[in-house]
Formats: sequence, structure tokens, C-alpha cells
Amino acid sequence: MSTIEVSPVSQSSSEFQQPVVNDFSIQVATVNGSGSQTANNVLMRSIFQMGIPVSGKNMFPSNIQGLPTWFTIRASKDGYIGRKKEIDFLVAMNPETAREDVLKLDPGAAVVYDEPLKLDALRSDLHFYPVPFDKLVGPVCPEPKLRKLVRNMIYDGIVAQLLSIEMEEIHKALFKQFGKKKAKAAELNWGACQAGYDYASKTFTKTDPFRVQRMNATAGKIIIEGNAAAALGCVFAGATVVTWYPITPSSSLIEFMIGYLKRFRIDKETGKATYAVVQAEDELSAIGMVLGAAWAGARSMTSTAGPGISLMSEFVGLGYYAEIPAVIFDVQRVGPSTGLPTRTMQGDIISTALLSHGDTRHPLLFPCSPDECFQMAIQAFDLAEQFQTPVFVMTDLDLGMNNWMADPFEYPTQPIQRGKVLTAEDLERLGGFARYKDVDGDAIGYRTLPGTNHPNAAYFTRGSGHNEKAQYTEREDDYVNNMDRLARKFETLRKHVPRPVVDVRTNAKVGVIAFGTSQYAVEESRDQLRAEFGIETSYLRLKAYPFTEELLDFIRLYDRVYVVEQNRDAQLLSLMRMEFEPADIARLRSTRYYGGMPIDARTITDDILRQEAI
Amino acid sequence: MSSAVTPPPKKVNRIGLEVVNYKGSKTTLCAGCGHNAVTERIVECFYELGVQPWSVAKLSGIGCSSKSPAYFLGLSHGFNGVHGRMPSIATGALLGNRTMLGIGVTGDGDTASIGIGQFMHLLRRNLPFIYVIENNGVYGLTKGQFSATADLGSKLKTGVINELPPFDCCALALQWGATFVARSFSGDKKQLQAILKAAITHKGLSVIDVISPCTTFNDHEGSTKSYSYVKDHEEPLHELDFVPFYEDISTEIAEGELKEVAMHDGSKLRIRKLGRDFDPTNKFQALEALDKANTSGEVLTGVLYVDTSKPTFMDMLSMDDAPLATLPESKTRPPKEALDQAMEELR
Repeated sequence: MSTIEVSPVSQSSSEFQQPVVNDFSIQVATVNGSGSQTANNVLMRSIFQMGIPVSGKNMFPSNIQGLPTWFTIRASKDGYIGRKKEIDFLVAMNPETAREDVLKLDPGAAVVYDEPLKLDALRSDLHFYPVPFDKLVGPVCPEPKLRKLVRNMIYDGIVAQLLSIEMEEIHKALFKQFGKKKAKAAELNWGACQAGYDYASKTFTKTDPFRVQRMNATAGKIIIEGNAAAALGCVFAGATVVTWYPITPSSSLIEFMIGYLKRFRIDKETGKATYAVVQAEDELSAIGMVLGAAWAGARSMTSTAGPGISLMSEFVGLGYYAEIPAVIFDVQRVGPSTGLPTRTMQGDIISTALLSHGDTRHPLLFPCSPDECFQMAIQAFDLAEQFQTPVFVMTDLDLGMNNWMADPFEYPTQPIQRGKVLTAEDLERLGGFARYKDVDGDAIGYRTLPGTNHPNAAYFTRGSGHNEKAQYTEREDDYVNNMDRLARKFETLRKHVPRPVVDVRTNAKVGVIAFGTSQYAVEESRDQLRAEFGIETSYLRLKAYPFTEELLDFIRLYDRVYVVEQNRDAQLLSLMRMEFEPADIARLRSTRYYGGMPIDARTITDDILRQEAI
Repeated sequence: MSSAVTPPPKKVNRIGLEVVNYKGSKTTLCAGCGHNAVTERIVECFYELGVQPWSVAKLSGIGCSSKSPAYFLGLSHGFNGVHGRMPSIATGALLGNRTMLGIGVTGDGDTASIGIGQFMHLLRRNLPFIYVIENNGVYGLTKGQFSATADLGSKLKTGVINELPPFDCCALALQWGATFVARSFSGDKKQLQAILKAAITHKGLSVIDVISPCTTFNDHEGSTKSYSYVKDHEEPLHELDFVPFYEDISTEIAEGELKEVAMHDGSKLRIRKLGRDFDPTNKFQALEALDKANTSGEVLTGVLYVDTSKPTFMDMLSMDDAPLATLPESKTRPPKEALDQAMEELR
């Protein structure tokens, strides 16, 4: 698109311009490894501290240093925390991408940039604020080696001045970010912030309409990454054996967990750890250890991403057939191999639900928020032990690695559920047991833990070929009986997984189904459809697989139900196709996004309008 | 019937169990399979030492060897895992309950081919675990293909010659961290018993490579894992005798140059020199001896290496002494104050 045809924005500050308050997005374009993450988090947190709903999305490369990174902060007085495609306020620090970043902006956007880049020559319909970063950084940072890092803090001061972010909040956020131990570094950075602020005050006449204004919409809330929330959930779920193999975007889940375990799970009396964390040699070993530990009775877990899920396939099948609890976090990303491993996707739905060979099905939980990461971690452990089967918690890179404004987590009210485990006393009373016998009619057998002090405690664990007494068999009736019981167990499980959140509107024309992080874009899209096109929608947010009865009830309410997902092949919809009748499937339509960024509202709105032929 | 003959008192071990309590189900392996002899030795050793069967976890991967845990210790919890990946299951199981005595039975394919990765990492961790390799150089269940321990130049029944050098599992174990390393022969009852008993009392990873001939697929002329080859080429390093802590020194071993290794529970492994000078606490000497034997085609048997001082994986992890599996909720779920504190920091 040519930019020459667009009428230039008036540079006259006297001309009236409607201010845009608490409703815009800031994008900071830097190179990775330059310390910009701290500056970006401080900026985000300052806005949060001013009571304004905010979200942050870090789009980073699979690289350690020197490649482009974009961090987007969205302030939204209406509380929309999904991604917004349009950038209103650009901080262009990366010479490599600056030109393209500027050309992509909508007219009227503002650009803070490094003066030598001369970006103002590119367009005349934007608000430009050139900053001589190198000149400013010298006086505030005498140590040349640190200048590259401190330089970024200058833009925090510039942006604060231009957007009316209170400097006291920047100060508070900065010192929180650095912590007490790094007070000296915080002081150095604070000096840079102030230098930026002073420069902007003296130099710029504000011409853009964007600014923040104190609100009271974040009181009591926290800022946390989904992976940290999941880690806390696992710590409070009483996980005892934790295994892992590093993989983006899952690694930080375990790293957060190690931090929390060291703080909260060292026995005060003995000084010993009430847990074991093992960095395994690969994902095959990580899941093997989980199954071994769970077989022995430990609450065990691992965390991985799609490539790791593939490697775990055989063992997960064994876990299903041998009926061993396990909790597996899948922080989904784009894969395999190189390309977009640091981008988000809901791409492992089919492969994980049906993971392994033979007939296998696994429960999946779909958290959409840090709070749900925490709660579902606890639920996953309870379900895994109650149903003696591997349970997957399906988060994604967007949820796991980005900072989210969230409600604080509630301490669990229900005691830990360990499922059907026979003790030595039980065995003494019963005389013995049959490991895979359906005693209670729920298709779940009783198990004993190795080490139970009773001569009748032992049983032999193996894969597909066993009878009720866990004896080796290759008989077809034994195999079929076992398979049918496993299928019945899945039906019992269906009644115990988290139920969907359903919002049925009386005037709704269509239904929308989504799960996980699509939640925020869907909520906003529904408002867009209603406000801009008069289309009311009903909404079901799925929290688990297997599907509960609410799903089919919801689908039958509408002729057209849009299933929104972040993958190419409509994976969730495909799972529905596997179990619903043709008449119900005919109601389903698919809305997908799979570009690697978090899905945004406008994409959903546009696609629904297209399919509704509006 | 007026009078009954009083049956003779049943023979029991020191915890009052009979040998039958240490047996498993009937073997389904071929007649003459070396693995059955190893099974018998395991039964005898656990019985004679008076190990409580229900405090034992027995594990295996996939293959003929891996079937054998079903044939011993029927009162122990067993786990037949997936091919080549028993070490990870064992690691998890023993982390879950560190008070269990763990024994794994594997084969040369399960360890040296598909399982070489997990085997190597098991070695690094010095997990307190008995790892028995029933080594016959071939895949039995898939009808006689070479495994990665088949010697260079050895011949399959079909006439195929192995052209790749073998992994020596003992040399690998020595190099990468196992703290008890032995090689034996399924036909050497006395030596295998002493080795197994020492391994049962060892606190650390024991790797026992037992040459255990496959009568069906690898017991012919041209095989270096046949009964006749091993009988002709076995070269015992020493004579071994195991003296449990609760027994006086036995006199079974002939007097001569004796070395005693004190095991963790106070038992003793007595080693009598046979011809050569060999110090089983010297890793380099062991590696050198193995290398020479491999070159000359000898099957060197005995205890190659013992180190009773190295910390185990559990020591490294500074884990609670009680099984993690059964820690009460009061120990595994931190109090509400901990969550409140975590939340406060994030505001």
C-alpha cells in the first residue's frame, strides 16, 4: 500500500485531537539478548500498578542473542487482554526491522525511535519522536559494557513521559523487578529512566492522542506467567517426583517449580527434600521415570512440548494399559524441528488425545488462565490417581511464557485424592485382591503400592496382555474384557473432568466454542460482533476432553456453531466428529488461526462474518 | 486314620520363609536357556540372605531375558516395561520409594542396542539398583538376529558373520559410574551366587553381565556366546565367597591370598587370588584386563570393580529418608501461608 496518498497528520498541537485513553497497544522492537525484557516488564507493570488492565506478549526468536524480538503491551480499559493486531505506539530500537515495523503501522500511530535511523523520512502520517539513545546513555552509565543493557531503560522514561505513566510507578516496578539483591543495578537503570523522561519533557511536544489515566481495575490482582502458575499448582498438589528434559516453551515451568520446591518443600525437621527433581537425558526417560515413580505410588509429573509428547508416545500407551497415574504438561508450540519453536499453537490436540498405538484415549485439561493452570494442576493429579491413567494439561506458549494479569490463586479446599490404594490392613482383611477387577462398577480397579508390607500385596505390571489378576495372557476374551473395561473407565472419567463454561444469550444466532487461550480473543470478538454488526452469540469454553454432556446440548441449540482453534486442521472439531452424530456435526463450523502468534479478536470476527455471509 | 506321621520341619530362612516363597511362575523359556540358571541363582540368593520379597521391586524391559522376572520372586511387585527403557522406570520407582530393593533383568539387545542411552545414563546416576544383563549376543524372540554385544566375527546359525565390534557392557559400566561391576557365566553357579549376594548388599549401582547362552539361536560352532565357547575360554579373575553379616566366616574358601571387601551392611565379599594379581578397587586395572581379554578372546569373569564410598543418586538429591510415595499431605502440600506469600510477591 502506498503511504503517499494518506493525508498527513497535523503536527500542530493546538489542533483538537480526541485523546485515546487506556485503549492502545505499545510495541517495543529490539534485538534479543539486549536486556529489553526488563524494560518491557517494568513498562507493563507500571501500567498495571496504575490500575489499568494490561497484557504483554513477547514474540521472540529461537536464538540467544542478536535476532529481532517484539514485545507488545496492550492497555485496555475494557479489560481485553487478548492480542490486538494493530500497533498504536511503536518503540523502534532494532535497526534491522525498523523500516518494516514503521511501514506496517496504521496512520496516526506514534513512533519513538533511535534518531540515527531517520525513520521520519519513511512516512508523513505518523507521529515521530526521535531519541538520541547513545548520547543519553553515556552520562547515566559510565561503564561502557553496561550501556547496551541500560540503553533500553531510557525508552521506559520516554514512553512514560509521552503516555503519562507515573514515574513513581516506574520506580516501584523497576525496584520490584530487580529485587533487593540487585539494588545497585536498579539505581543505575532508574537513572536511565529519568534521563529519558527529562529528555522527552524538554524536547517533545506531544502530538499523538495516546495516554494512560489511573483506573481501579487491577486491585488485588497479580502478574504471573502461566508456567509459574502451573508450577505453583504442582507444588501445592503435592507432586513428589518431577522429571523433565529442557524444551521451549516448557522449561520454565520446571525451573519455576524448582524455585518454589526449594522454598516450600524442604522438611523443616529433617532439612531433607520432600521431592526429587531429575533432569532426564530425553523425554523417553522423563516419562519412564514418571511411570516408575507413579507405579511406586509417588505423585509424579513431567512437562514438555509437542516434540516431547511424540517421544513419550510408547510409554504413555503403557501407562494407559498398565493403568498408571501420570501428569504431563504440554506447553504447546509450533513444531517439529527448527522454524517456529518459540511461537504458540494449539497443535497437539489430536496427537495427545489419542497418543500411542492400539486403542488409547487420554484425558486433556485446557486451562485458559494462570488461575486455571494452578487449579488444573491440582485437578490433574487427583484425576490421574483416581483414574489410574496419564492426564495431560494442555497449555501453550502464549499462556505459559507470557505475563498475565490474573486473580490470585485460592488455596485448595479439598484434600489430596490418592484414589483406590489398598493398604496392608486392607489386604489382611480382604485376604487378597485382583488388580484389574471392576469391584465398584466404575471400571476402576484397586492397586497396591510396591513396598506394602504384606505377602499378598504384589502384582505384576505389564502392557496390554493381562487378565483381572494382572496375570500374563494372550487370550482374546481376556483382552477384549480388559479393553471394554478401559473404555468404561473413560466413560466414568467423562463425568469427573472439569465442566465447560457456558454463556447462552437469548437473542443469539450462532454458537461459539473455544478452549485455552483463545478465550480472550473470543470474548472480545463476541463484543465486536454484537456492537459492530448486531450479531449476538452464545459461547461455550471447553475445559476438558473427554467431552461432557454440556457440549452436545450446546451444539444442538444453534444451526451454526463456530469451533475456534489455533491450528490448521481443526483438531478439536475432529475429535467431536469422532463421537457425534452426523446431524450434530453438520452444525459445526471451523474458525482457525495458525500463524504462530496468539489468536486475536478481529481474525475471529472477520471469519465468522465471512461464513455468515455478512 | 489314627496316627499321622509328623512331617519333617520345613526348611526356612532367617525371616521364616521357605524357598518356595522366592519362586515365581513356571518358566516359558527354552530348555537349557542360560536365563533359567540365572533365575535359579536369584531365587537362591534372595532366599539365603533372607530378603523380604515384598520389599523388592523387580523390573525388566522386553526380550527373553526380560520375561524372567515372572519366574522369580512371585511375592515381589514386578514391572515389565518397554524395550530398552527399564532403567528409567527403575529410577522413578526407586525415587518414589527409596526403601525398596530394586533388581532389574535385561538382555544384550535391551541394554546395548535399543537401551544403550538409558543404560549409560543409569550408570552416571549410581542408582542403588541391581542391573543384571543376561547376555547371549542375539535376539531370541525375533528369531536370532545379532545384538550389539555379539563379538566381531561371530557367526549366526544362518552363516551371517558379525562385522561390527561389540559393546562391552562391563567396560562401559566401569567407565561411566557403576560402583559394582561383575561378569559371570550362567553355568558358574558358585561364582554367580557370590556376585549376586554381594550386589544385593551393595549400596549403589551393580552391573552384572552374565554370559547366558541361547540354546536355540546362538549355541553353535562359530558363536562366542555358546556354552562350549564360554566353558573353554572362561578366565576367572579370582575365587569368590560371600559372607553375610549375620554369619561367621565360612570355611568354604581355601586359604591363600585373601582380600576382603566390606559391604554396607557388614557382610563381606572374600576374594582369593587365582594366579594373577588383580585389585577390584582399581578401575584402570580392570579396564586393562578387560581389554586384554577381549583381544585374546577370553571371557574374564569375577568382580571387576567395587567402590563402596561413592554417593548414590538419592544422596545427591538430598531426599527425605521416608518413601516419597507415602509422605502424608502435611509434608507434601505447603500451608496456606506459603501460597499467600507467593501471591503477595506477584502483586
